Amino acid sequence: MVRRKLTLVVDPILCDGHGVCAELFPERVSMDPWGFPIVDNEDIPVQLEDHAQRAVSSCPRLALHLVERRQSSGRAGRKEKHPAS
Amino acid sequence: MRAPVAARRGPAPEATAFPRLLGGLGSDGAPVDLEAHLARWGAAPVASAGADLIDKLSASGVTGHGGAWFPVATKWDSIPHGRFSRPVVVANGAEGEPASGKDAFLLTRLPHLVLDGLSLAAAALEASQAVVYVPGPLVRMVEAAVDARRHRGLDPVGIQVIAAPDRFIAGQESSVVSILNGRREALPSFIGIEPIRTRGVNNRPTLVQNVETLAHVALIARFGPTWYRGLGTEQSPGTMLVTVTGRWAAPVVMEAPLGMPLRDVLDLSPGEAENYLGALLGGYGGGWVTMSTLMSLPLSEPAARQAHSSLGAGVVALLPRTVCPLAEVARVVSYMDEQAAGQCGPCIHGLAGLAQLTQALAFRPSALPGGTRSILDVCDLVDGRGACRHPDGVARFVRSALAVFTDEVTSHLQGRPCQLTNARGVLPCPRPDAIQSVGGGRW
Repeated sequence: MVRRKLTLVVDPILCDGHGVCAELFPERVSMDPWGFPIVDNEDIPVQLEDHAQRAVSSCPRLALHLVERRQSSGRAGRKEKHPAS
Repeated sequence: MRAPVAARRGPAPEATAFPRLLGGLGSDGAPVDLEAHLARWGAAPVASAGADLIDKLSASGVTGHGGAWFPVATKWDSIPHGRFSRPVVVANGAEGEPASGKDAFLLTRLPHLVLDGLSLAAAALEASQAVVYVPGPLVRMVEAAVDARRHRGLDPVGIQVIAAPDRFIAGQESSVVSILNGRREALPSFIGIEPIRTRGVNNRPTLVQNVETLAHVALIARFGPTWYRGLGTEQSPGTMLVTVTGRWAAPVVMEAPLGMPLRDVLDLSPGEAENYLGALLGGYGGGWVTMSTLMSLPLSEPAARQAHSSLGAGVVALLPRTVCPLAEVARVVSYMDEQAAGQCGPCIHGLAGLAQLTQALAFRPSALPGGTRSILDVCDLVDGRGACRHPDGVARFVRSALAVFTDEVTSHLQGRPCQLTNARGVLPCPRPDAIQSVGGGRW
């Protein structure tokens, strides 16, 4: 069975730049000069999933999402999940 | 009261006949009313529009003319439709880009081609709601066209006309949906999680398609993909509307076959090209190219992309030697900063920063000790970091300007700014408080 590929996505409208995500998950999140997160959209390896999950659930604005990467077959073939919900 | 409308009699027009969309216009460019429209093209085959229309669109290779150049058939295919999911279809004529006038031109002169396309989309996708989204000054005129059609029973689904706010981002797909959902402002929303095509207006699947694209659809449905491919190239078939600024005394909207050399579209000799500093393709979210690039470029999106630009919604603006290009860039970046929705942190801070830095480059280069590096760094920081494509467009606009106007950048940074920084600007940047009712007379 192929493991699903997870990646982080930030909703830039909700995000207020609290910075919790960069604090909790520096492997994929850094800060820009204005204090907003720059989210690396690389796949998250299984051993980092717990850290990613913690960053997602700790966001005070609920602006960070862990999503299943879109299939390359096109934008229609999306399958996402909000693990936080 | 319904009067039957005959399908078009006689053979289809020659596939190579040109112009196409604008072919129905008289020499005075007066609006084409419903009777004249039906006499020229016949009624659109709305009743028979189904999956086979999507097949025709696929074979025709038609792409979106609103700026994204996304294949139309792929977009329609991605919209869930059927008994349990009745989509909303929207003809997007907001055209927030100040340097573009082709959508307003099309809507005021040839509204029935657009409305045909909208009804074809509604029929093919089994939509239960159809909307035309246009600038406020065009609403009554489009409503009159819709009324005329209602009497003839041409549209299977009632067409509603909704006013778009007068701002740059009003035409962004998610802004359109926010207005149709009853918000007062045209603000983009974050669509990373749930695309509008599956959850848009009232959470229903929603097709937002540019008005010119729908006009092309109206002809493809009648005459088929082979006819459509009779003009243009294999990779970029068909024709497109172009708004040209700076070439003639006033901006001009024209139709051109894709793939045509831009120097022919612009009727520009190498000698005349010397009168210009560079050309902006695609508008304020597009990119600058040098005149030598322009003179060798065909009118096609892949070619424009290769030149680090985009045709966008078909804007071509030539910059005359009578202005300072860096002052023009600074004015446009300030305008784009003002026009931003102000929702996303990186865009709020980044565009304000770019406005300040480009002002400095144009007017106070000594305030830029790091040269253009600081400007390029901010471009990298805003690119791809908003909910919509607004910041990405500004980044491309600025980067390409720095790459094209290298001589001017060097002389400004060496403390020799050109003498033209205070010349009257040529690229339109309407002030929010000075926006007039434009009607159809803007072009």
